[in-house]
Amino acid sequence: MRALTWHGKHDVRVETVPDPQIVNPRDAIIKVTSTAICGSDLHLYDGVIPTMRPGDILGHEFMGEVVDVGRGNTRLKRGDRVVVPFVIACGNCFFCRRQQFAACDNSNPAYKADISQMLYGHHMCGFFGYSHLTGGYAGGQAEYVRVPFSDVGPIVIDDGMEDDRVLFLSDILPTGWMAAENCEIEEGDTVAVWGCGPVGLFAIQSALIMGAAQVIAIDHYPHRLELARKLGAKTVNYRNTRVYEALMEMTGGIGPDAVIDAVGLESHGFAPDNLYDYAKQSLRLETDRSHVLREALYACRKGGRVSVPGVYGGFVDKFPVGAFMQKGLTMRTGQTHVQKYLSGLLEMIRDNRIDTTFLISHRMPLEKGPDAYRKFAFEQNETTKVVLKPGMEARNG
Amino acid sequence: MYRRHVRRSNGRALAAGVLGVVAGAAVLFAARNMMRGHRRIIEPEDAPRRTWRRKGRWREGVGRTITVNRPREEVYARWRDFASFPDFMENVRSVTPLDQTRSRWVVEGPAGSTVEFETKIVEDRPNELIAWESDENAQVRNSGRVSFRDAPGGRGTEIEAVIAYDPSGGAVGRMTAKLFQRGPGVQTRRELRRFKQLMETGEIATAASRPAASHG
Repeated sequence: MRALTWHGKHDVRVETVPDPQIVNPRDAIIKVTSTAICGSDLHLYDGVIPTMRPGDILGHEFMGEVVDVGRGNTRLKRGDRVVVPFVIACGNCFFCRRQQFAACDNSNPAYKADISQMLYGHHMCGFFGYSHLTGGYAGGQAEYVRVPFSDVGPIVIDDGMEDDRVLFLSDILPTGWMAAENCEIEEGDTVAVWGCGPVGLFAIQSALIMGAAQVIAIDHYPHRLELARKLGAKTVNYRNTRVYEALMEMTGGIGPDAVIDAVGLESHGFAPDNLYDYAKQSLRLETDRSHVLREALYACRKGGRVSVPGVYGGFVDKFPVGAFMQKGLTMRTGQTHVQKYLSGLLEMIRDNRIDTTFLISHRMPLEKGPDAYRKFAFEQNETTKVVLKPGMEARNG
Repeated sequence: MYRRHVRRSNGRALAAGVLGVVAGAAVLFAARNMMRGHRRIIEPEDAPRRTWRRKGRWREGVGRTITVNRPREEVYARWRDFASFPDFMENVRSVTPLDQTRSRWVVEGPAGSTVEFETKIVEDRPNELIAWESDENAQVRNSGRVSFRDAPGGRGTEIEAVIAYDPSGGAVGRMTAKLFQRGPGVQTRRELRRFKQLMETGEIATAASRPAASHG
């Protein structure tokens, strides 16, 4: 089959690799019809996530048709159309039973689990196509994928809703939703969202659905801010505006009740602390840049909530623990428990309460994968979301 | 002006004095703590001995605890079935029961070789404990002690496995023991993880895309 593989910083290729097969009883093999590039794939593309190996197949947002099922899977059958969560979860362990699927104890292979256990004290669960920290599973930017524990994760789309409407159930829609849920929104709340990438935009949409009185979106790409405005958010462009002052003025001097860092470890911008982080990161003295997190903690009102869907991998310097403690903030974060949110969000898509298709700026054949990564990484204003279609003919040129 | 100078220098002297006293106290306090640290070895302590900073001469081997979200009877029964060890123990090729208590093990040795030895169960308390020891003259002398207790709040079963290898049986024995213990505890931790996966999910997680070489 053809698959998009990682070979190093800013080097991805489409190559021919062996087709996957059923390995374990609960597996399924999915023929991919749509697969998206995630903002977090750019962290891999930029080479800032450790434990990648040349030849690893990328992609954790995908859907398609079931073409084979293991003998232990009684839920799926050949021909089912499914969206697959990026989180691989067994459904049986302590965490899965509590719907904390992204903390699954059993989906990261035993010897790979050592890496994240050493880094974080406890091992991570398995993800598709996201380094060997999370199991080294082959990803979905390919013609076929092996899906372990396929009787727990994939959700069947049985009413013919087109791919573009449901594909983002695999990651970014539940991630935006959980980011808003972690804000524990109350009546009259202002929620400030840093980062108007896909997750930020879905968090804005979710926060408004959950009853936020006002959502303030912060970014520097005019096009992305425009999308945020269309969803109903007020916008702040940090290139032109001092964010803390603006947030204070827009909330009657109180500050936002909840803040969302939808940016993560690769903060942009020319704030002094960010330049400091750039310098330390380039000298490998620090792994993550965290300007947004610092600013969010600083701006958040006393007793407010801090929600962090943005990805961090290692350590940050100058974490404002003083502001965190003295203001009595609450921080909630984590990889998304995708499986928990699937049926509810699918319902909302079906009822047209949530639209996800506005996000897609490009649809390209899988063969154009390397171009797609380049666009998404370097033309962020125009390229909001790229969907790769393995079935789509690659035109010449 | 002059007066102020005097006062300031007085202030400085005072500050230096205070600092000196504080520093002295800190040194004394640290020294006292270090002395205590020495004594702590004989103080009662709830943490398993293998987690102590100072282990003394006594060696327990490699020990790990894991919680399996299954009833104790089921977990014990699976572990009592020695023949199924190769399912989750990476270096164990086969375990053949010879009678109620004796088994013959074939394990992977250095450079693709295999090492065989016999073990006998020295203690077996259903749903609580299984302990085995290898033959006196085994090439790789080893022993294992696995205990089972209910996890709190209905969270299943806590398994504590303590495995010890005695590398006294010649060069092959030493190398095999080393192979088994690469990174103290790593092998045991991985084996317990695989056991947990098998018990909780019915399969062992692997990132392999095809059936061959699917060892998790």
